[in-house]
Amino acid sequence: MIQNLAFYLFSFFLLASAVMVVTSRNPVHAVLFLILGFVNAAVLFLLAGAEFLAFVLVIVYVGAVAVLFLFVVMMLDVDFAALHEGFQRYAPVGALVALIMFAELAFIAGTWAIAPAGSADRLFPTPDNVSNTVALGQLIYTSYLPLFQLSGVILLVAMIGAIVLTHRDRKRSLHQNISKQHARTPAQTLAMVRAPLGVGAALPERQREEETHR
Amino acid sequence: MSLFWDTNLGILILTVLKTLALVVPLLIGVAYLTFFERKVMGAIQLRKGPNVVGPFGLWQPFADALKMLMKETIIPTGADKILFVLAPMITFGLAIIAWAVIPVNNGWGIANINVGILYLFAISSLGVYGVIVAGWASNSKYAFLGALRSAAQMVSYEVSMGFVIVTVLILAGSLNLNAIVLAQKHFWFAVPLFPLFVIFFISGLAETNRAPFDLAEGESEIVAGFFVEYSAMSFALFFLGEYANMIMISGMTTVLFLGGWLSPLPFLPSGVFWFLLKVLICLFVFVWVRATLPRYRYDQLMALGWKVFLPISLVYLVAVAGVMEYAGWLPNA
Repeated sequence: MIQNLAFYLFSFFLLASAVMVVTSRNPVHAVLFLILGFVNAAVLFLLAGAEFLAFVLVIVYVGAVAVLFLFVVMMLDVDFAALHEGFQRYAPVGALVALIMFAELAFIAGTWAIAPAGSADRLFPTPDNVSNTVALGQLIYTSYLPLFQLSGVILLVAMIGAIVLTHRDRKRSLHQNISKQHARTPAQTLAMVRAPLGVGAALPERQREEETHR
Repeated sequence: MSLFWDTNLGILILTVLKTLALVVPLLIGVAYLTFFERKVMGAIQLRKGPNVVGPFGLWQPFADALKMLMKETIIPTGADKILFVLAPMITFGLAIIAWAVIPVNNGWGIANINVGILYLFAISSLGVYGVIVAGWASNSKYAFLGALRSAAQMVSYEVSMGFVIVTVLILAGSLNLNAIVLAQKHFWFAVPLFPLFVIFFISGLAETNRAPFDLAEGESEIVAGFFVEYSAMSFALFFLGEYANMIMISGMTTVLFLGGWLSPLPFLPSGVFWFLLKVLICLFVFVWVRATLPRYRYDQLMALGWKVFLPISLVYLVAVAGVMEYAGWLPNA
């Protein structure tokens, strides 16, 4: 009974925050509601007995992805008046897209059927009486190892691609080479100069060298 | 009689009592940690530290708390009011709820869950929200700069922290914190994993925004960072949250690397005393580091996280996994 109550409570929160993501005027509020939605989805996973997925959802999505997302949204100065300007003009197209998507979803939901074996699995998510973390690990690292590795490689490719796209080797910036700094001796950096009256000290060798380096 | 405690109401009352038994000492511990820090730093810097209020200055934390309560809570006009008030609550609340799974003695955790370590990791990765939300909601340049620094810092340190935790899991063969402590019966994990122990502790410093990684505050460059605009109790909540987080990271270090409640000497009984002693030693190191080391520069901090800690922890993870598999030492899964 309490489980059902908790399920409906957190589903309500999940749906409410999902609605708020779309309707809130402030983009930062929208992202924060999205995060609330993630957390509520994690609680639903917990209620379904999938504690590993629940915490991984929190760690990966809430703890890392959403932080960066929030970061970007905070940095962008989104002008909302401008965003709402074309509302009248784009509303019909938006409504059409929404209708198509709703029809698709309704079609899927209408023809959805669960195989008897599947529904039996649903009642006992982990077959061998092991905790679901162990079950998941066994599945991923035995039956689905090639697929798992493949998805890892795809992510790696995406990461390298992102780095290649954004990386600019800025020759003009002053990089700090720590080992080079540590290797410096007083002989290289210090020069005792007796400045002649009225002439002053000459610019030391080292400084001139650095200036030509830039 | 035992029937009542098995009903829902009985379980509820029992859980509330257990929670109180943990949270009340924890809050007193947080209050006295501030006192401990000031005393230890005073001793390191050849000062006396607080010594006026009460014997040896022992009532100082309460005097500070009263002062904070009496002050006026100021909410800036440009601030996002709801989020501004919510941020310190998030910080403090997260610092407290993490304690639900930490076992202070054999089976003494409030919730002995299967994936306790994941829960801890998830909660500590949420901690950044209090800082970001505070920095953004204040609508102030310094606060926002502090929040940006904090976000970049926490995200970069979490990765190597995750690898360290995975290595511990390989040795322990379980995600349950109780089981992780019991797996250290013969030797503490700090012994075979000493470099990772050091990395974890340093990442803990970064995760709690403590010196030398307190760039999010950086009072000499960005005034006080993300909590510039906070005053009175909302400031106190941030302050207490930081100290509660310190105790939490110390507790995590103790459980993962220092054998939790297990006695280090075979002829002495194990117990909660050992857990407290180990946490206290970790906290002393926290304070010691703060009193000794200057603050890191921002790019140095990022370089340390991504270019030093991440490769070391990754290679160590692969090496440990390889050795365990090759030697057949893997605990039964």
